[in-house]
Amino acid sequence: MSLTILEQVRSVASDIFALPAESITEQSSPESIESWDSTQHLNLVLALEDKFNLQLSPEEIEQMRSIGHIVRLVEGKLHNSRT
Amino acid sequence: MTTPQNSDLRGAIDRAISSGLPELAATRLRELWQRESGPATAAFVCSRFEKLRDRLPLAAHRMAILRSFTVEPLVPLLRAGAFCYGIDLTVKLGDFNAYAQEILDEHSSIYSFNPDSTVLAVRTPDIAPDLWGGYSELNSEAVERSCERVYSSFQEWIRAFRRRSATSLIIHNLEQPIWPASGVLDLQSATSQSEAIRKINRELQRAAAEQRGVYLLDYDALLARHGRAQSFDQRKYLMARLPLSGGSLLELPREWLRFLLPLAGKTAKVLVVDLDNTLWGGIIGEDGFDGIELGSEYPGAVFQELQRTMLDLYRRGVLLAICSKNNREDAIEVLEKHPSMLLRPLHFAAMRISWNDKTQGLREIAAELNVGIDSLAFLDDNPVEREQVRSSLPEVTVIDLPQDPLEYAVTLRDCPVFERLTLSAEDQQRGTIYAEQRERSHAEQKFQSKEDFYRFLEQEAEIAPLSSSTLARIAQLTQKTNQFNLTTRRYAEQQISELGLNPDCRVLSVRVRDRFGDQGLVGVAITRDQAETCEIDTFLLSCRVIGRSVETALLSYIAKDAAARGLRRLQGRFVPTKKNAPAREFYAQHGFRLTSEGEDGSVWSLELRDCPIPCPDWIKLVVSNGAHN
Repeated sequence: MSLTILEQVRSVASDIFALPAESITEQSSPESIESWDSTQHLNLVLALEDKFNLQLSPEEIEQMRSIGHIVRLVEGKLHNSRT
Repeated sequence: MTTPQNSDLRGAIDRAISSGLPELAATRLRELWQRESGPATAAFVCSRFEKLRDRLPLAAHRMAILRSFTVEPLVPLLRAGAFCYGIDLTVKLGDFNAYAQEILDEHSSIYSFNPDSTVLAVRTPDIAPDLWGGYSELNSEAVERSCERVYSSFQEWIRAFRRRSATSLIIHNLEQPIWPASGVLDLQSATSQSEAIRKINRELQRAAAEQRGVYLLDYDALLARHGRAQSFDQRKYLMARLPLSGGSLLELPREWLRFLLPLAGKTAKVLVVDLDNTLWGGIIGEDGFDGIELGSEYPGAVFQELQRTMLDLYRRGVLLAICSKNNREDAIEVLEKHPSMLLRPLHFAAMRISWNDKTQGLREIAAELNVGIDSLAFLDDNPVEREQVRSSLPEVTVIDLPQDPLEYAVTLRDCPVFERLTLSAEDQQRGTIYAEQRERSHAEQKFQSKEDFYRFLEQEAEIAPLSSSTLARIAQLTQKTNQFNLTTRRYAEQQISELGLNPDCRVLSVRVRDRFGDQGLVGVAITRDQAETCEIDTFLLSCRVIGRSVETALLSYIAKDAAARGLRRLQGRFVPTKKNAPAREFYAQHGFRLTSEGEDGSVWSLELRDCPIPCPDWIKLVVSNGAHN
């Protein structure tokens, strides 16, 4: 069984923010994760692009305000690229 | 999909860390990085190595990066790579686009950071916006002025850096645009844009060559290698001033690593290779001399290409060795006689061809060549052999060959442990020197007495004073000679140069030739005259000439020359270390008297009038010009 998008995003975020994956939820955001600053935001963008093999636009990067947002964004992009 | 496997690997790494198995954790971290190099993995690898840093033998290195663009996301990628090669790297980034002030201001945070090395990463559009975006508006005089302004800035920064720091400086050269401003007209026109940038790069190369320890990183060639258009991402650049695309993010950190490894001393001295399905296609024991794949056409050509790559490494001073499970005669026949072999027995410094296990073979090769196990890199097509070596000898650099032999040569070229920043004449000849050494040992067995063997060798020792051509090698020998080294004092090139200018000091080198060949510059002595005494500050010999009485020849010259200057005695010191036992009896054997013994070693002296030291009659002593002043 393959991992859900949520699980994969949590795993990427867990690497980037050096936090256990269990502590990262859909609600996690720059407000709740201390190390989520602009440098780490860029690292997160690059890690997601690498992981899911996609390109994020400046507008999409603006929208990435929580893990939940990111999951829906990635799901939408992967869905569009398949259809 | 490899993801579940790699998440298992992450779990295994965390378990190894919590069970107190740092070596195992490090091996698995290297494996993870190898399989899945990227931003997320880099963060994971760095955070886990940071937990292990006190339990692993890591070399600390501090690197400052001065830059005109965003490099923040590259730092974890660089540090992860460095950790995997045994370097605990601390990086200090200069402020965005503040490189000029930082390098010129002696109070800047860059100098107080006290870096071991500094990277100056400036892009063409940032330092020369007129040559980049506004090129079509420039006439030839304006182009000329602009080029001059750019390279004289670089010259000024290099000089300023050298005044404030003696450490290494790595400078990116300037990249060409993806599209020249005048299109195909560019190379037809007298004011070519690409030529202007090439000119700056040539001047930059000249400026770097004038200073020791200043190196150029060919940023232009790096982008070209991976494709300029592919490497650039307009979106990332406009949004974050990151001029590199996601797909090429790893290339610059990998290039930095190629400089970092030789600077941190984490290079491999010996490449140990397998034979069957590595040096040639097929199995010699089954396919036979005429059945193996090796030649100028596919599939044999891919193995020739690997051999060509190995020859390039050999000429760079990397020793080659063979460790293969085979019948020795079969393998030697191919090495000696196969018409398509590019590598011959003379290229290999050591060979272990037998049915013994490879771990044993690698240990023996390291012992025979007198290098540490950590100086070996291992190239083998068989993943089982690689895994065995990885787990039993974690110090060895194991190169992971891909499944397809078409990619073997590129994989080897890509491996950063063979990078060198300087190349002495001795480095270039090292492979030949070891092959001659084998013939020497072979010949030695035929003689009854050592003296007969020495006479047969017809050794010639040439003693020379310090010169610009010997400076680098002399410093190198003081830095790396451990066994026959009386005081083990390490000197940088700059210090050797200062000693050479001191009228009381003599910096001598000895070069040895014999009937088998030229062994190069293999010994150094540094003496200092004080009143009536000639004090021997440094006396050392490279391990490959230990036991050939070259040391007596050099000492006899020092004694004779000191007496000729009117001095009365020689004084020497033996400072014991863990490794210099071979030199312990040196002064006693040459008639010196022990005058004192303390924590910092023993002091020996010899009255020159009473006890001249004869040069052994089997060594011809040649004193090259300028030794007597």
